[in-house]
Amino acid sequence: MDRTRQKKKKKKIYIYIYIYIYIYHTKAFTFAAFCSMQALLLTAALIFFAIWHILAFDELKTDYKNPIDQCNTLNPLVLSEYLIHAFFCTMFLYAAKWLTLGLNMPLLAYHIWRYISRPVMSGPGLYDPTTIMNADILAYCQKEGCS
Amino acid sequence: MSAPSGSPHATAGARTPPRPGVAVAPAALASSGPAPARQNGPAQSQMQVPSGHGLHHQNYVAPSGPYSLEPGKLASSLPDGQCNDYYSGLYTLPAQKVATPGAASHTGAQQVYCGGPPAPPLLGTLPGPVPGATVAASHMHTSASQPYPSFVNYYSSPTIYTASSSAASQGFPATCHYGVSAVSNAVHPSVSYSSLPPGDPYTQVFTSQSALATGPGRKGSFPGQNAAPSRPSALAAPLPPQHLQQQSLAGYSALSWSVPGLPPTQDKLIRNHSGPLASASSSPANPGVDSSSTTSSASPVPNSYDVLEGGGYPDMHSSSASSPAPDPVPEPQPVPTPTAPQSAKVAKPFGHSYPALQPGYQNAAAPPTSGVQPGAVPYAAFQQYPQQYPGVNQLSSSLGGLSLQSSPQPESLRPVNLTQEKDVLPPTPIWAPVPNLNLDLKKLNCSPDSFRCTLTNIPQTQALLNKAKLPLGLLLHPFRDLTQLPVITSNIIVRCRSCRTYINPFVSFIDQRRWKCNLCYRVNDVPEEFMYNPLTRSYGEPHKRPEVQNSTVEFIASSDYMLRPPQAAVYLFVLDVSHNAVEAGYLTVLCQSLLENLDKLPGDSRTRIGFMTFDSTIHFYNLQEGLSQPQMLIVSDIDDVFLPTPDGLLVNLYESKELIKVLLNALPSMFTNTRETHSALGPALQAAFKLMSPTGGRVSVFQTQLPSLGAGLLQSREDPNQRSSTKVVQHLGPATDFYKKLALDCSGQQTAMDLFLLSSQYSDLASLACMSKYSAGCIYYYPSFHCTHNPSQAEKLQKDLKRYLTRKIGFEAVMRIRCTKGLSMHTFHGNFFVRSTDLLSLANINPDAGFAVQLSIEESLTDTSLVCFQTALLYTSSKGERRIRVHTLCLPVVSSLAEVYAGVDVQAAICLLANMAVDRSVSSSLSDARDALVNAVVDSLSAYGSAVSNFQHSGLIAPASLKLFPLYVLALLKQKAFRTGTSTRLDDRVYAMCQIKSQPLVHLMKMIHPNLYRIDRLTDEGAIHVSDRVVPQPPLQKLSAERLTREGAFLMDCGSVFYIWIGKSCDNNFIEDVLGYPNFASIPQKMTYLPDLDTLSSERTRSFVAWLRDSRPLSPVLHVVKDESPAKAEFFQHLVEDRTEAAFSYYEFLVHVQRHICK
Repeated sequence: MDRTRQKKKKKKIYIYIYIYIYIYHTKAFTFAAFCSMQALLLTAALIFFAIWHILAFDELKTDYKNPIDQCNTLNPLVLSEYLIHAFFCTMFLYAAKWLTLGLNMPLLAYHIWRYISRPVMSGPGLYDPTTIMNADILAYCQKEGCS
Repeated sequence: MSAPSGSPHATAGARTPPRPGVAVAPAALASSGPAPARQNGPAQSQMQVPSGHGLHHQNYVAPSGPYSLEPGKLASSLPDGQCNDYYSGLYTLPAQKVATPGAASHTGAQQVYCGGPPAPPLLGTLPGPVPGATVAASHMHTSASQPYPSFVNYYSSPTIYTASSSAASQGFPATCHYGVSAVSNAVHPSVSYSSLPPGDPYTQVFTSQSALATGPGRKGSFPGQNAAPSRPSALAAPLPPQHLQQQSLAGYSALSWSVPGLPPTQDKLIRNHSGPLASASSSPANPGVDSSSTTSSASPVPNSYDVLEGGGYPDMHSSSASSPAPDPVPEPQPVPTPTAPQSAKVAKPFGHSYPALQPGYQNAAAPPTSGVQPGAVPYAAFQQYPQQYPGVNQLSSSLGGLSLQSSPQPESLRPVNLTQEKDVLPPTPIWAPVPNLNLDLKKLNCSPDSFRCTLTNIPQTQALLNKAKLPLGLLLHPFRDLTQLPVITSNIIVRCRSCRTYINPFVSFIDQRRWKCNLCYRVNDVPEEFMYNPLTRSYGEPHKRPEVQNSTVEFIASSDYMLRPPQAAVYLFVLDVSHNAVEAGYLTVLCQSLLENLDKLPGDSRTRIGFMTFDSTIHFYNLQEGLSQPQMLIVSDIDDVFLPTPDGLLVNLYESKELIKVLLNALPSMFTNTRETHSALGPALQAAFKLMSPTGGRVSVFQTQLPSLGAGLLQSREDPNQRSSTKVVQHLGPATDFYKKLALDCSGQQTAMDLFLLSSQYSDLASLACMSKYSAGCIYYYPSFHCTHNPSQAEKLQKDLKRYLTRKIGFEAVMRIRCTKGLSMHTFHGNFFVRSTDLLSLANINPDAGFAVQLSIEESLTDTSLVCFQTALLYTSSKGERRIRVHTLCLPVVSSLAEVYAGVDVQAAICLLANMAVDRSVSSSLSDARDALVNAVVDSLSAYGSAVSNFQHSGLIAPASLKLFPLYVLALLKQKAFRTGTSTRLDDRVYAMCQIKSQPLVHLMKMIHPNLYRIDRLTDEGAIHVSDRVVPQPPLQKLSAERLTREGAFLMDCGSVFYIWIGKSCDNNFIEDVLGYPNFASIPQKMTYLPDLDTLSSERTRSFVAWLRDSRPLSPVLHVVKDESPAKAEFFQHLVEDRTEAAFSYYEFLVHVQRHICK
C-alpha cells in the first residue's frame, strides 16, 4: 500500500524531470535555447516545490503540524508554482516549440481547472484548513502533490 | 499569555491619539473634569493589585481599591437618568473625539498587560514553572496518602444497581398473580450478571435459580411459581412477568411501570413478527420481541432521557437486534411436566435477547432428561469466566462464534418484501440494535444514545464493506446530559503507553499486573495505585475498578491535561440594534430571559459577562464594578476596530450584577428611535474576538439582517423565483471566507460563536453559519421573527434561550476519537475544527451537539473478533475543573455479508447519509446529493438481493434490519434541506443542513421522520408512569394522509415543533375537553398551547405532550392546526409517505428503486 502511494507521489516529480531532460537536449543558441535554459532552471524549482508539498502533506497526516499553519505556508506556493509553469509555457509559445508546448498543455489545463474550482478563499492558494483534514481531500492533495 | 493579550491593546493605545474615530462616551463626559482621573484610575490600580483569585490572571477583573473613589465622583458629576439622553446625543455625533483620556487609558492598559502578574504560557506543555497553574494543580490533586477521598460519593452507580435490583425482587410478588413461568428465565439473568462482585444483590438471583433447579418453590417470594406446571400457552398471561422480570433482573430502575401496560405492547410486537415467527406466537414466550417500549436505561448511568425514552438495552435486544431470535422457540409449548430441566428450557426463548450466550447454554442443556445439572452446569461454566478474567477477545470469540453458527436466520435478516408489506413502520419507537456480543460485554457497552455505529457488525475488510454498499460511521453525542455518571478522581489516569487509549471495560487483563490495550494491542503495566479498588475497598482487583466497569466515565484531569490554568466561564453577547432588530423586538425577549437566568448561568465565582451592541457603529458597555450606571462607549471606526478601554467590558458577574441588571432593563428601550438600518456585523465580531481572545469563552451573536457594512459584508444572493426550482439550487456555500477565518481565529483562542439569526428576509445563513461551524458554536434560526406579530416564534426564542443560557457548557475542549488498529477516521461531521487526523478542536462543547464520523477499514481485521471505538472529550467545566469524559463502544467483527446486513442500524445509517449528503450538496450540487441518496438505497438493496437473499421474488426484498431504509431516504429527500420542487427559502434550506450536521441522532431522526400519534382516543392502556403521572402511549402512525380521519385529532412530533391536527368532524367532546372550545368552528386559527382543563382526556393529552417535551432539550412549540386552516400545509408537508406534486409517494419510490435495481 505504501509502495503504491510512493509511486503516485513520484509521478509529478517524473513529469518535471522528463521536461528537464527534454529541454536539456534541445538547447541551441537561439531564443528557443534561451527559453529552454530558463525552463530548465524553473523546472528545477518546480521539482523542489513538488517535493515540498509531499513532505508537507505527510507532516499533516502524521499530526506534526496544525492544518492552519500548513495551509498558510502551502497556499502561496501553489499559485507561484502554477504561474511559473504558465510562464514557461508562454515562453515556449513564443519560441514556437510546439511539441514542448503540446506536452505541457494538459498540465497547464489541469492547473487552471484546479485553481478555478478551489474553495471560496480571499487569499491566493488552494488549501482550506477546514477541509484539508478530510481523508478524501488529503489523499487527493497528497497524490496530486506531484502528479 | 501576556504577549498575545497585550499586543492588540498596545498597538491600539499607541495609535490612539491621531485616531479620529474614537468616541469614548463615559456617562460623565459632560463634565470633563473627572474623566482623566478616572481613566488613570484603572491603570494604576491594576498594576498594584494582584489578581484576587489564585487561578486566573486576567488581572483587570480584580476589584481594586482606587476604584472606590470613582463612583463618588461620578455620581456627583452625573445628573440622574442622564444616561439615555446622553446616548442619543452621542449617537448623532459618532466621530466625536476624546483623544486624551483614551490615550491615557490605553497606555495604562499596556502597562498593565505587560507588568501584571506572570501569566502562564499559552502553549507551555507543563505547568511547572507557572505559579497559577501549580495552585490549580494542587487543587486538583488529591494527596497520595488518601487516594480516593471523594470517590465513594461520586461513584454512586453501584448503589443504583443494588437499589433497583432489590426493588426488582420486591416487585415480583406483585406480579405473581400471573403466576407461571416467572421462574424460568432466571437462568439467563443469572448468567448475565455473573461478573458482578459477590455480595451484590444479583447473587440472590443465582441462589434462587439453583433453588429452583432443585425443586419448586424458591425463596417464598414467588408464590405463583408453583403454578408453573399449568403454564398456559395463552399469550398474555405468561408474558408480563417475564417482561417484568427481564427488566427487573437487568437491574433497571424502571420498575414502577406497571404491568397493565405490557400485554398490548406484546400484541403489537407479535403482529409485527409475521412470517417465520408464526410458530413463536403460540409459545408462551415470544422471545426477542418482548419489548419494553417503556423501559429505562441499561447503562450504568440511568439518565433522565433514558428513563423517559427508553433506549435501554433490554428494549433493544427485543426490537431488532436479537439475531438468533426466532430459532429455538418451538419447544416449550406442550410440555406439561414441571421438572427443573423443563423450567430451564423455558428459559431459552427468553434468552433470545442474549444471543451470544444462549447457544452455548443450549448445547450444554441438550439432554433435557438429565435432571438438575443442565440448568446448573452451563451456568457455572459461564460464571467462571469473569473470575478468570480472560482476554476479552478470546471470550467473545468462543461465545460469539457459537451464537453465529447456531442461528440460521436471525430476525434482522428476515427478508421483507417492501412492495407488499403495507406497514413497515412499527407501532412502537425504534430502538438501536444491540451489537451481537457476549453478555458481559453487552452489558458494559456504551449507551447507544451517546455512541452508535451504523453497522453493529463491523465487516472484516474494506472489500466486504464495499460489497455491502452501506456507509460505515459513528454517530456521537458525547456531552449528553447524564444524571448519573461515574466521576473518577484519581491521581493517575491509566492509559495505554503507545496509543494513549484510556483504560476501558474492553481491555484484557493478562494477569494482575498487566493489561493489553484493545486498540493497539500493546501490553501495559497496571500501576500500583490502580490495584486498589476504592469501591470495594479491596486490593488486587484492577478489573473491578469503575474505569473497567463502565464504558462511560468521567475523569477529573490533573494539570498534565492543561495548557493553561482552566479558564473561567466568560460570556459575551453581541446584539444587533439596527432599526430592523428594534422593530422585531427580540431585545425584550433576550433581556427578559437573561434577567431571569442570570443566576443560573453556569459558572463559578470567576464568571464574567459582557455586552456589545452594533448597528453601523459598535457600542461597548463598561460595567466595571463601582460605576453607578453602565457606560456606553462607541467606536465608529469600523474599518479598524479596537477596544475603547481594556477593562470593564467583560466584568465579573457577581461583582457587577447590579450594573448588568440596569443595563438589561435599559437595553430594550435604548434604541427605540434609531433610524440606522445598516449592520456592521463583521467589525463587531472582530471586536468581540479581540475582547475574548485573552480568555476564550462563548460569544452569542444576535443578528437580524444581512450584514451591510465593513468587513464581511454580504450581498443578497437569493433569487426568489428559484425557490421552487427543481434544477439547480445555488449558493449553498459561503460567499466569503471572512466568517470562516474569523471562526478559525476564535477557535484558536478557545472562543466559540453561537449565532441567533432572527431575520424576516434573506440574510445569507450559508455565509454567516461559518462563524459557528468552525468555532464549535451552535446556530439558531427564527425565520420571520417578530415579538408581537409572530408570538410562537417569540415563545420559541424564549424557551430556547432558557435552555441555552442554563445548559451545561464545557470550555476549551478537544475531542479525540480512537479506534482499533486497522480502522481509520475518514471525514468528520459537526461543528468544530479538525486539528489533526483524529483530533477535533472544540472551543465550547454543549450538551445538544452531535457529531458524525465516517470510517474506513484500512487493514483487514481478520485477526481480531472485536473492534473498539473510544471518544475522549477533554474540557474545562464551568466550575473551572478540567475533566475528561470517555465513551467506549465495542463491536464484533464479522466476515460474511449476511451478518453485516443483520447488524445494520438503519437510523444511524440514515443520519450519516444525511451528513454526507449535506457535504455533497455544498461541494457539488443538490441534485448530486439527491441522486447519491437514492443510489444508496438502490445499491444496498441490490447488493443484498444479489448476494444474500436467495429469494426470486418479483418484489423489492430487503432484510428486516433495512426495511425502513427506503422510507427514511424518502423522508430525507422530502426534508427541507434536500427537497426540490417545493418552495423553500434558501435560508431555511441552509438551516436544515446546519441542523443535520450538528444535531445528535435522536433529534435528527425526529426531524427527518416525525412521529405521528392519534390523540383523540388516548387510553390508559399501555400507559407508563413517569414521576406520578400516567403517560399514555398511543401507537405510532405512518406518515400518510390515509391515516388521518376527519373524526380524529393527531399529534405530530417533528422534534422542534409539535402539530396537533384537528379533523373537521372531530368529536366535540374532545375539542371541549382538551382545547376548551365548544366545537370545531370556534377553535382559533393560531393556537399554541393546550389549556389546563380538569378533564381526563385533557390530562392525558397534556401529560403525553409534556412527556414528549421532557425528552428533548429544546422545548418545542405546539401548533394547533385546524383541518381547513392555511397552516395545514405546514402539517401536510411532513406526511412523507404521500405523493406531492414534486415528489414520489412511498410506493412510487419503491417502484422507482426497484426499476433501478433491475436495470
